[in-house]
Amino acid sequence: MGYPHKSHPRETPILSKYFGDPEARTLEGWKVRGGYKALPMALATDPVAIQNIVKESGLRGRGGAGFPTGLKWSFMKIGDGKPHYLCCNADESEPGTFKDREIMRWTPHQLIEGCAITAHAIGAETTYIYIRGEFTEPIAIMEKALDEARAAGVIGPNACGSGKTINMWVHRGAGAYICGEETALMNSIEGRRGNPRIKPPFPAVAGVFGMPTTVNNVETLAAVPHILNNGAEWYKAMCLGSPKSTGSKLFSVCGNVARPGNYEVPMGFPFKDFLYDLCGGPLPGRKFKAIIPGGSSVPVITIEEAEQVKMDYEGFMEFGTMLGSGGVIIFDDAQSMPRQLARLARFYAHESCAQCTQCREGTAWMTKILERIVAGQGTYEDLDTIFELTENMTGKTICVLSDSCGAPVCSGITRFRGEFEALISGKRSSTVAVPA
Amino acid sequence: MTDPKLVNLTIEGRAVSVPDGTTILEAAKTAGVLIPHYCYHPGLEIAGVCRMCLVEVEKWPKLAPSCATTAADGQVVHVYSQKALDARKGVLELLLINHPLDCPICDQAGECELQDYTFQEGRADSRYREPKRFTPAEDFGGDVMYVTNRCILCTRCVRFMGDVAGDEALCVEERGDRARIGIAPDHDLTHPWAANVIDLCPVGALVSKDFLNKARAWELDRTASICPNCSQGCNITLETRDADVVRMKPRSNADVNQYYLCDEGRLNYQWINRDDRLETPVVAGQLASWEAALSAAGAALKGGAAHVVASASLSNEALWLLKQAAGTGKFRVTKGAEAPLPGVKDLALRADRAPNATGAERLGFSRADQPLAGAGKVVVIAGDDCDGLDTAALAAAQSVIVVGTVAPKGLPANAILLPVANFAEEEGTFTNLRGRTQRFLQARPAPGLARASWMALAGLVAAAGKAGAYDSAEAVFAAMAKSEAAFSGMSYDSLGLKGQMAAGAGVNA
Repeated sequence: MGYPHKSHPRETPILSKYFGDPEARTLEGWKVRGGYKALPMALATDPVAIQNIVKESGLRGRGGAGFPTGLKWSFMKIGDGKPHYLCCNADESEPGTFKDREIMRWTPHQLIEGCAITAHAIGAETTYIYIRGEFTEPIAIMEKALDEARAAGVIGPNACGSGKTINMWVHRGAGAYICGEETALMNSIEGRRGNPRIKPPFPAVAGVFGMPTTVNNVETLAAVPHILNNGAEWYKAMCLGSPKSTGSKLFSVCGNVARPGNYEVPMGFPFKDFLYDLCGGPLPGRKFKAIIPGGSSVPVITIEEAEQVKMDYEGFMEFGTMLGSGGVIIFDDAQSMPRQLARLARFYAHESCAQCTQCREGTAWMTKILERIVAGQGTYEDLDTIFELTENMTGKTICVLSDSCGAPVCSGITRFRGEFEALISGKRSSTVAVPA
Repeated sequence: MTDPKLVNLTIEGRAVSVPDGTTILEAAKTAGVLIPHYCYHPGLEIAGVCRMCLVEVEKWPKLAPSCATTAADGQVVHVYSQKALDARKGVLELLLINHPLDCPICDQAGECELQDYTFQEGRADSRYREPKRFTPAEDFGGDVMYVTNRCILCTRCVRFMGDVAGDEALCVEERGDRARIGIAPDHDLTHPWAANVIDLCPVGALVSKDFLNKARAWELDRTASICPNCSQGCNITLETRDADVVRMKPRSNADVNQYYLCDEGRLNYQWINRDDRLETPVVAGQLASWEAALSAAGAALKGGAAHVVASASLSNEALWLLKQAAGTGKFRVTKGAEAPLPGVKDLALRADRAPNATGAERLGFSRADQPLAGAGKVVVIAGDDCDGLDTAALAAAQSVIVVGTVAPKGLPANAILLPVANFAEEEGTFTNLRGRTQRFLQARPAPGLARASWMALAGLVAAAGKAGAYDSAEAVFAAMAKSEAAFSGMSYDSLGLKGQMAAGAGVNA
C-alpha cells in the first residue's frame, strides 16, 4: 500500500514503490531511484517500435475502459503533417478512485517520463496533463516537477538532447466529473464547456483542436517507462488470471474496511485474499456485504461473488461487473444499500452534462425515485420503473454517464431486492442499526 | 462539377440513393420518412443531443442517432422497429417529466414538435410521480421571452446565436436537470436576427413577445409571400387571423434567406392591417364609381405628358402597367442601416427598405430623392404617399392622379384617387437586389372597393386609350415577360414559390 503504511508483502509495488518517499519527488531523487533511463532510450527509438513493445506487453487502459494501449497509439498516423497531441487524463473524479492522485503526489517524474515517451511514440510535441481542479497538492507538485524537468532539459525543445520537442503543460480542471470523459476533457482544454463530443470522429482522427489526439490515464502512462526498462515479457509475466490482462494494477480501497488505501497487485490476484489479507478484512464485529469493485460506475456485487473473483478485466466481467478504474468501494452489513445507491444516483444526476435527454432527465428521475424509496414512500412499481428507465438510459447517449447511473442501481436492486422491499413495505427504515 | 458519389441504402423498406456524406435523417426524408428529432436543424451544426432521432441500423449493436450518422452503402435502416420506437418513446417520456403540460396557454401549441411527436409516438400516460422542476420565465431582450420550464435543451438557439449570428449571447447554464439556457453577462437578444431563435425552438420555450397570447396556431391561415421590408426578398409566410396579419415567419429558400428572417422584417407588419385606408375612388373630393374615376383619369392622361412618381413597393406587374398607361418616372427609397447575418452567405437586412427597387429600375424607373421635382401639368403618384415631398409642385398641376392605399396629404382639390390593395391583398412579383424575381400571393381581402393594383392600373391603361387588356396578375406578367428583356422567358409557373433569376444572371441571391 505504501504511504502511510508499509507495503504488504503480497503486493507487487512497481508504480507505488516510492509512495511516501518525499525524495522521490525531485528530479535528482527520481534519477537515483532509476528514473529517466527509459526516456533517452525511447527518444532514440522509432515510435512504431515503442508502440509494438507496449502492444506486446499487453498494457490496457487503466482509466476504466481497458482498451489496449499500444493499439490505441497505433491509430495515430505518424508523419501525417498534422500536430499530434497527448492528453494525460488526470481528472480522476470517479468516486472511490484515488490512485492517480498518489502517483502524481509522490512520483511526478514517473508520470512525466511516461508522458514524454508516449508523446514520442505517437508523434506528439505537446502534452496536456489535465488534472482535476480539486487536486491542489498534486497540481503544485506536478507544476514543480515540470519546471525541474524543463530546467534540466529532460523535456522541452531539445528533450534529453535528442533534438526532439516535448512540451508538457498542466491544465487544471474546474471541477466537473464529466471532464474525465476523454472528449469532454478535450473540450475543456479548448476552453469550451466540458461536454462529451459525438464519436466519430474519434480523438485519433480529430481530437483536441481538431487534431489527432491520444488520451491516456495517469496510471497507464506511468507504467510505460517500466515496460521499456524491463521489457514486454517482464510486464506480461505479471499475470495470475486471464492472459489478456497483464501487469500490475493499483486498486484504491475505501469504505467499511480495516485498512483503506492503495494496493498494487498483479492482474488476476484473488479478490478474497485482497480483501481479507491486504486490506485487513472488515471492521471489528462487522461483515462485508457488497462491493463496487471498479469505481462507482460499475455494477455492485455481493461479497459471496467477490470472494470468487480474480482481479482482472475478465475476472470481474465474469460476475457481471467491471474492473473499471480499480476503485474498490466496500459496504458492510451496517449499510443500507438503497440509501447508498440513492446517494450514488444523486452524484450522477448532479454531474450529468445535460446534453442527452436520457441522462439529463433520467439520472434526476432515478434519484428522486430512490430517495422516495429511502424515505419510506416507495412502491413496488417504482422498482420496475427503475429497470425500465435504466433500459432507456443505457447505450443510447453520447457518453456512458447515463449507463453508469443505471448500472450500480439496477445491480444493487437485483442483488439486494429484499432491502428495497423492506423499505417499501415499511418493515425497516433506511438506517440500519449497527450490530452490537 | 463532377457528380457526387451516391450511396445506396434501404430505409423502411424503400431503396434510397443519396450523395455520399448525407445523414440518415436527411436520406430518410427522400424516402418520405420524417424521423422525429429536436436538436437537429438543417441550418445548424449537428449536436446529436436530444437522442430523439434514434433508429435501428441492421447489424449495429446500438441504435444510431440518425442526425449524426452518415448514410452508407448497404445499410438497412428501420425507423419504426420496436426497438427504435421504444427508445423514442422513452425520450419523449423523459422530455415530458419536467415539461409543464400548459399547452392550453402556450403559444406553441398546435405547432409544437413535442406535442406532435408525443401524439405520434409517445406514451399515453407518465410514470413520473415526483414534483416537476420549476424555474421562472425570463425576458431575453429583443422580441424573445424564455419560458424556462418548457425548455428541452435542444440547444438550437445556442448554436444559432453562436454559429450563425456570430453573437455568443446564449449558452447552457448549470448541469443535470437544473440546466437551462442562459444569457451571457451584458448580452441580450437584440441582435438584428435574434428572433429566429423563436422559430428554431421546437417547443414553446422561446416565444415572441409581439405574438404572445395573440392567437392559436390552428386559427391562422398561412400564405406564401415575400417580405416587403427591404430589398433582400426573404421568403415569408404571412399568417393571418380572420383577415389580419398577426405574424410573419420565414419560409425557407436556400438561394435567398435559407431559414431566416430578420427582426426588423418580421416585426414590421402592423401597417398591413391599418384601417385608415382609401376604400372608394374619389374625383375632386367626391366619392365616385370606378368607371367615373377611371374615365376622369383617362381624360387627364390624354391632356399631356404625365410626370410619374412610382414606388419601389409596387409589384413589377403594377409598375409595368403604370409605364404603359403614363410612362416611366421616378421613385424614392427609404434607407436604413445594413445588418448582415454572418453565418449565411449574402443574407442581410438591406439598406434599401423597399422590396422592388431592382424591378422598378429594370422597368425603366429611376431613383430620385425628390421624385416630384420638375412635375408638369399631369402628375401620377402610384404607391408613394408624398410624406416629405415638395407638394407645391402639385398645386401647380392641372390634374393629379393617385393610385394608392391611402390618400396622401397636400393634394389639390381636383385630385383623382384610385384605391388599391397593398402587397398582402393581391398577387404579384418583386425583384430582389440580386435580380431574383419572386411571387407573392394574396393573404387578405382589400378593403372596400379597393382593387388589386394591377387591376386598377390595367383600367387606367384602357382609359388612357392604350393597347392591352388583362384579366389576372398572371396575364399581366406574361405580357410583361414578352416585352421586357429583364423578365424574358419567365412565367408564374416557372417562378414557382422560390423565384427565378433573369436569364444570363448568376445563380445566387
